[in-house]
Amino acid sequence: MATEERHNPFATAQPAGDGTTLDQQERERLRAQPLWRVRLKLLAGTLWNNWKLFTENKIGLIGLAIILFYAGLALAHPLLMGRVWDPLIYDPVIGFDPLAAPHPAPPSAQHWLGTDPLGRDVLSQLMFSTASEFILGMVAALITVTIGTSIGALAAYFGGWIDTFFMRLADLVITLPAIVLLIVLGGLFTLDLPLLALVIGILSGFGATTVIIKSQALTIKVRTYVEAAWVAGGSHWHIILRHIIPNLLPLTFLYMMFTVTDAIFAEAILSYFGLLNIRMSWGLMIHTTQSAGYLLNFQTWWLIVPPGLSITLLCAAFYLVGRALDEVVNPRLRKR
Amino acid sequence: MTSSEALVRVEGLRKLFPLNAGFLRAPTSFIHAVDGLDFAIAPGESLGLVGESGSGKTTTGKLLVRLLDITAGHVFMQFDGQVLDVARLQRSDSKTFRRKVQMIFQDPYESLNPRRTIFDTIAEPLQVQNIGNVLDQQERVAELLNLVGLSPPSTYLFRFPHELSGGQRQRVAIARALVINPAFVIADEPTSMLDVSIRTSIMQLMQNLGTQLGVTYLYITHDLAVARYMSTRLAVMYLGKIVEMGATEEVLQRPQHPYTKALLSAVPVPDPRWTRTPVEIKGGISKPIDPVPRCRFYDRCPLAAKVCEDNDHPPLEDKGSEHYVACYRV
Amino acid sequence: MSETILRVENLTMHYTTRAGIVSAVDDVSFTLDEGESLGLVGESGCGKTSVANSLLKLLADNAVIKGGQIRFKGTDFVPLSEEEMRPYRWRNISMVFQAAMNSLNPVYRVGDQIIEALETHLGLYSHAQARQRVTELFTMVGLDPALMDQYPHEYSGGMRQRAVIAMALSCNPDLVIADEPTTALDVIVQDALLRQLKTLQEMIGMSMIYISHDIAVIAEVSDRIGVMYAGKLVELASADEIFHHPVHPYTVALMSAFPSVTGPKRELQTLAGEPPNLLYPPSGCRFHPRCPFATEICRQQEPEFKDHGGGHYAACWHPQEVTV
Repeated sequence: MATEERHNPFATAQPAGDGTTLDQQERERLRAQPLWRVRLKLLAGTLWNNWKLFTENKIGLIGLAIILFYAGLALAHPLLMGRVWDPLIYDPVIGFDPLAAPHPAPPSAQHWLGTDPLGRDVLSQLMFSTASEFILGMVAALITVTIGTSIGALAAYFGGWIDTFFMRLADLVITLPAIVLLIVLGGLFTLDLPLLALVIGILSGFGATTVIIKSQALTIKVRTYVEAAWVAGGSHWHIILRHIIPNLLPLTFLYMMFTVTDAIFAEAILSYFGLLNIRMSWGLMIHTTQSAGYLLNFQTWWLIVPPGLSITLLCAAFYLVGRALDEVVNPRLRKR
Repeated sequence: MTSSEALVRVEGLRKLFPLNAGFLRAPTSFIHAVDGLDFAIAPGESLGLVGESGSGKTTTGKLLVRLLDITAGHVFMQFDGQVLDVARLQRSDSKTFRRKVQMIFQDPYESLNPRRTIFDTIAEPLQVQNIGNVLDQQERVAELLNLVGLSPPSTYLFRFPHELSGGQRQRVAIARALVINPAFVIADEPTSMLDVSIRTSIMQLMQNLGTQLGVTYLYITHDLAVARYMSTRLAVMYLGKIVEMGATEEVLQRPQHPYTKALLSAVPVPDPRWTRTPVEIKGGISKPIDPVPRCRFYDRCPLAAKVCEDNDHPPLEDKGSEHYVACYRV
Repeated sequence: MSETILRVENLTMHYTTRAGIVSAVDDVSFTLDEGESLGLVGESGCGKTSVANSLLKLLADNAVIKGGQIRFKGTDFVPLSEEEMRPYRWRNISMVFQAAMNSLNPVYRVGDQIIEALETHLGLYSHAQARQRVTELFTMVGLDPALMDQYPHEYSGGMRQRAVIAMALSCNPDLVIADEPTTALDVIVQDALLRQLKTLQEMIGMSMIYISHDIAVIAEVSDRIGVMYAGKLVELASADEIFHHPVHPYTVALMSAFPSVTGPKRELQTLAGEPPNLLYPPSGCRFHPRCPFATEICRQQEPEFKDHGGGHYAACWHPQEVTV
């Protein structure tokens, strides 16, 4: 072996770049694409990746298929009413088919799911109600996550009395039995669909959702990149809007799904008790069945099964999609 | 160095963290994380702050960038003739402060927001301080990417942190710190999470850029060997106090404080032929909760005597050629 | 010459991930003598921990040993079932992990956890005997036996790591594998612990495998050192040879990149590039994309891991002759 040290070849390894100046080519490459288009592309890329992850989960796809099926029903109803079905017979609220009597009539070629005790078409009722269920669920979910995310982020970031106030409020809201409260409210006021969405959104938004989102925000607040943003000169609002909330969004989206489930369920219960001022809904269909005395009559299954099954299926579907999203959002839950 | 030359001058800096404070109840005891620091950093030099975990070195760094509020003492910084008192920043000074003082963090996996692109991360100081329009910012970020060795910049600009390796992420973090041309950068263990083969290139990058861009560093590390390469002067911290400070090679070759000696002899040497002098001190570092007024190192010191117990912690004294030691017994 | 207790031959281990197959350990061979300490050094992701876990077949669900032999005192571990492996673990080979806090259950007293290990693996102790044994072990690792009735959170980091070592030594193993035993500790505590381990090894005469990313720590405690890169063992020799006459360019680079507090301050060298993604390992020699000496043959053919004289093994087409 040689005794003297050879020239070390690693000395030539270049750690830094070639200098401060950009060559013309790079400069043009930068100008070629406006920033917003780049961002749009990135967003599309992120969504596509998440979609691919989502599709790996069978449960989520089943949920999504059910949701799409019901969305299809909701969209098809106005078309059918306008072109195929005679409004006098098929209107979900004031329709009546004299030829199908006695009512409730079992499923037939004219009425695939039969008629209800008042002679109205069950399929038409079912399809008409679907739109309200979706709107109710979405509005309630949007209100919930808007409240939950902003309060959660603020409470976690600022702490102090803001935190104390909203967390105690959350404790209070959580201890209130929501359904009972809604029943009482329904007795005191005329609850209609938008009001119901608002009440459910507020109850859920100031309650458990806030607590969960806040705890997540707390883990984001202590990340070093938040400190780095502060050192960069970022204001509180910059940090909350640019760092904390974007990192909360996946969780937020997840809780939207669960709120939809809660809202549809609440609607069913209130309508069943006849406490909701609504033209037609799945809950109201069961209510009508019950008040006409057919609730436990298995001979007239077409009165109770379609709305009951729909409530169950759509609630389950949103829950399943939520679970699948959970796996997209939390890589730890994913299988390798 | 006279005080007017210094870029950063720290006087009696203290940070106490209250313990067991409760609702409407005043805290009864405090952790003295940083307990009366005095030092100055000249423009262009690099001061290494070394110590074990719990010595208060990271807290000191966070105080200097105002990530934490200063309990007591002064931190003066001088930029282009303008003197800022960092403990009491006025609104107008605050702008200068944020432009001139930046920080590089330890963990490149934690310090970059996973949902923001490399461009957004590096441009953040420009964006929040409204410097330039979007095109200027893009160009500046691209320049910086070039500078930190991530070239061609257009291939990195719109990637996300998870697409980069640890070393590349730390380069991004360095670019973010340098994008607004700061004069003073606090580097908190920027290489401790990186592998050896990548660590050296990051160290060299920081040194080259420091010289090239005229940046003064406060380099915080637990690793004396790294500090040797990254700093011109060295300050050794123990339980919130500086126990020894001087030119790097001077402190490493002729350590005087018993703690520095112990620390040095405990560092493993990458040479199986080397036999180290055994470490004389015992036990581990404790938490500085309401420390009794005596030398902080008393419990573990091989030289401990009555004078160390009867008096408060010894002051830093110049033992010649700006080699400061805080010990009654040397 | 003492007896060889462990002989690893052509060990290959894969992980199956959603992105594909990761060849974490590829064709690794080494031996270990009784009473010897071997250091495995390499950067994160180089496969050193995977080697350690393979030795005890403590593998993740998605990991599989693809080939090779692990002969411990003549028995090949590779074909053994989980049930057949169990008696060897702890009693013959034990392990000290990096995160001591995770190896200790926070809700049980430290002493009781060691007693449980004793009862599980040896099963013949009365409670008084077991406590006697724990007292012995605590004294051995430099812990006050009075601490055995405390909970892990009452221990400092160094003390916890000592307790974990006591647990590893409880059944008098022939071989202890220490995976980054001091990484989370401060230098002074690390120094004390390394000294304790060396003393214990001399006292008991067990073999040790140290795994670390820190070549200085490895230099302190190892008789022989294996350098790993990208799932391969690239060089294996006595500590002195590795540090003073490295043959493989990667080892040379590692040595010249490592800062030291002692001796003259020499220029640190950098190594360009980063370790490869083991989903797509480079062709030929896995180091060739970063190697300044790489030629056509390095890109095409894998170099053989062979003796370059005096038990100094290396896998390189262009072995260096460097004196550091």
